[in-house]
Amino acid sequence: MIMKSSTAVAKMTLDGEEVGFTPGETVYEVAERHRREIPTLCYDPRLEPFGGCRLCVVELEGARAPVASCTTKAEPGMVIRTRTDAIDAHRRTLLELVASENRENDVDPLRGYASQELATLLDRYDARTGRFAGSHSGRTRDDDDNPFILRDYDLCISCYRCVRVCAEQQGDYAISIKNRGFATEITTEFSGLLRGSACVFCGQCVQTCPTGALADRKALANAEVPGKIEKTRTICPYCGVGCSVDVMTKGERVVGVQPAMDGPANEGALCVKGQFAFDFVHHHERLVKPWVRGEDGRLREASWDEALDRAAQGFLKAVAEHGRYSVYGIASGRAPHEAAYTMQKFIRMGFGTNQIDNCSRA
Amino acid sequence: MSNPLADMDKPDVIFCIGTNMTECHPVAATRLKQALARGAKMIVADPRHIGLADLADVYLPIRVGSDVALLLAMAHVIVRDGLVDPVFIAARTTGSEAFFEHVGKFTPEWAQTITEVPAADIERAARIYGEADRGAIYYTLGITEHICGVDNVQSLCNLMLMTGNVGREGTGINPMRGQNNIQGAGDCGALPNNYPGFQPVTDPANQAKFEKAWGRKIDLENGITKVTALNLAGDRIRAMLIDGENTLLSDPDRKHCEHALRSLDHLVVMDIFMTDTAELADVVLPATAWAETDGVCANTERRVQRLRAAVPPAGEAKPDWWLISAIAKRMGIKGFDYASAKDVFNELCEVSTIYHGLNWDLIEDGAYHWPVPEKGHAGTPILHQDKFKNGRGVFMRPQYRDPAETISEQFPIWLTTGRRLESYHTRTQTGRSEGMDYLLPEETLEVHPADVDAWGLTDGGWCKLTSPRGSVEVKVQATNRSPKGTVFASFSFSDVPINALTGSGYDPITETAELKVCVVKVEPCEGIISPAPVI
Ligand code: SF4
Ligand code: SF4
Ligand code: FES
Repeated sequence: MIMKSSTAVAKMTLDGEEVGFTPGETVYEVAERHRREIPTLCYDPRLEPFGGCRLCVVELEGARAPVASCTTKAEPGMVIRTRTDAIDAHRRTLLELVASENRENDVDPLRGYASQELATLLDRYDARTGRFAGSHSGRTRDDDDNPFILRDYDLCISCYRCVRVCAEQQGDYAISIKNRGFATEITTEFSGLLRGSACVFCGQCVQTCPTGALADRKALANAEVPGKIEKTRTICPYCGVGCSVDVMTKGERVVGVQPAMDGPANEGALCVKGQFAFDFVHHHERLVKPWVRGEDGRLREASWDEALDRAAQGFLKAVAEHGRYSVYGIASGRAPHEAAYTMQKFIRMGFGTNQIDNCSRA
Repeated sequence: MSNPLADMDKPDVIFCIGTNMTECHPVAATRLKQALARGAKMIVADPRHIGLADLADVYLPIRVGSDVALLLAMAHVIVRDGLVDPVFIAARTTGSEAFFEHVGKFTPEWAQTITEVPAADIERAARIYGEADRGAIYYTLGITEHICGVDNVQSLCNLMLMTGNVGREGTGINPMRGQNNIQGAGDCGALPNNYPGFQPVTDPANQAKFEKAWGRKIDLENGITKVTALNLAGDRIRAMLIDGENTLLSDPDRKHCEHALRSLDHLVVMDIFMTDTAELADVVLPATAWAETDGVCANTERRVQRLRAAVPPAGEAKPDWWLISAIAKRMGIKGFDYASAKDVFNELCEVSTIYHGLNWDLIEDGAYHWPVPEKGHAGTPILHQDKFKNGRGVFMRPQYRDPAETISEQFPIWLTTGRRLESYHTRTQTGRSEGMDYLLPEETLEVHPADVDAWGLTDGGWCKLTSPRGSVEVKVQATNRSPKGTVFASFSFSDVPINALTGSGYDPITETAELKVCVVKVEPCEGIISPAPVI
């Protein structure tokens, strides 16, 4: 960020201050970089500017009306004001309009990464007046019984971030826009269920929705779990792409996963496995104690002492009876470095051999 | 991968072979789709009409196991049409002349007889790749899980070398690794021929180095591979320690594998669930799962990233490093007094060449791609920039070989196996996550609709699939994804243990199993009613 501005050549005036910018940047990007808090709803930095909500308008000297900063390219000599009384009033009115369309504006943060955006702006602009009795766009699809994505279009404000993220980021074009105005609907081809569409349940639309109209059903199932949501940054447990995720927990329970927007491998994207297949962690079949094979040939639970001794004795016996080459170790491609490192060291230090491999040969 | 994931939207030509990326590496595939949206061209070679095929400019539906023939013919066209990069070849490679002569006889017409792909399409693909400014190759197990896996990879390297598509942004040869830390398992030295950091065990200097670090002189001889070890189980191999791998379902030839594990005197398994493999063990130790474990992993682009525990372990589960250390200490083995994952990782960094410049604190943000040879080094997002690891890039001269088994009157159908988007490996995790069944309730055998009719099957009905090694019953799904004469299934479901059928052969060098090809016969089965899927 700092590097970018130091290499900048062109200059413009932002709230009376002269600032540099790189040609190609939008007014919004320049302002953001200079810590102006311009409100947005239809903006997602990963997507092409859209200019739909008009919340991000700023005053441009010489222009007849305020301009949307997210779609306006910065130009040398521009004089921009990001906050004036008129602009604030305009934003507040817009927010009141948007808010009055919706059934509710305060939704559970488990719904999705961006789900609090609208509510946060309503507070910032003190716009919870209910001055307009609007009619919302879209109809909630409670017939869509998929276990992952709640399609609660009563909360839709037609910012089209979901449609755009599906097309531009995910590349699947599973959803689109039907009709206009209050009749606007986000829908799949043939207006059917997501399962019957091109949707691959990556969850990207859920995570970019600024109102929670699209919501993570698996996380939301934990809404009643007591406790505050904490987030821990880690890596998805599945394929080798290595997407960064934030694991959401309440107390000792994993309640959901959100993609890390700044994850180097994924930049906010996930697939159905990384997004939704997290609850195996608390599955009742988890091994919670050591087991050993008893006299009767069956596995039974055992104490740590017994199990570790059995494990150790078995290897010692193999060496005593069949020599040091008779012990073999197989490391996992799923466990962390520390597992593989200790495994190979166990074989090499314990037996002086290289009788070690991992599961990559199938 | 030779190049980072962030490069995937930069090539002007993408060549995907043996990779079902939209299902197996979905997020990486989104980057390719973005490259295509920007006008990149894509060549896709795969026996099955996978998702990528729909997006391709040239789709080459090659017969299973015929990759070398295709790649030799592509090289032939590139030489013939003068699309080679003479400057790069002169500066960075060796063996080009012999190689160019070698490919002289492998015309597209010759390759057509083997790959069953029209010669004209092979020509087109070759010219598109040959003319690329930035051509990038992506592959997965469809290349390596063959008896000729090494030949396949070498053939791809040849294409890359002859066109100079390496060492720059948006180029390279990029294997996509299938498991979250399969790259790391190799990095850490869990290999019969390498110490951590891919330092050969056969080099006396390395032997001395590790003797100094650890205090024991370790053999100069390579160990045996896992495949050989399983073959020798109950014979020369008597005891095994297996970490979190469901060998029985994931490995070829289940019967053989189960027999091998049963014939051990001593089997210790560490896992998070009682898998089919753990059921055979003498001792099963409960390991901590993802979200309960602190540690480090490396992804397919060699990026070293932190795993962080978010919740306490289930019950008495312990991290794998703790379990292994506890066994080692009870055996009186020195050097296992670790207090944390951090201790273990920092020791790895000390002894590893490729991690030498890293430590636990430096990898906080996942900013490094290995090799990071010394402190202060910025890491290596793009490999082979100025030179190859061993100096010059060597042109190899592979020959096409038939798969270990080829179709016959008795077994007239090709079976190829793989993975699906909605399940992961043997489903020990995805199968225990709610809702995944909604998308994929059960395994099916993908059969071309014309074959469904020709073989007397019904879509949604059951069939019996028999290979020289065993039989499996599975539901039939009529789909154009399968070409005529080739069927597909995944090995994810334990009630359809497809690896009871596989295991026809192994690559002689890597001993990787030919999971992508075996021969079968398919018969309708009567009277079996499908169990209602549990949702
Ligand atoms: S889940 Fe992914 S594929 Fe499905 S509609 Fe949303 S963005 Fe598109
Ligand atoms: S979210 Fe999907 S693409 Fe990303 S690492 Fe996990 S399994 Fe791979
Ligand atoms: S954020 Fe600029 S118009 Fe919506």
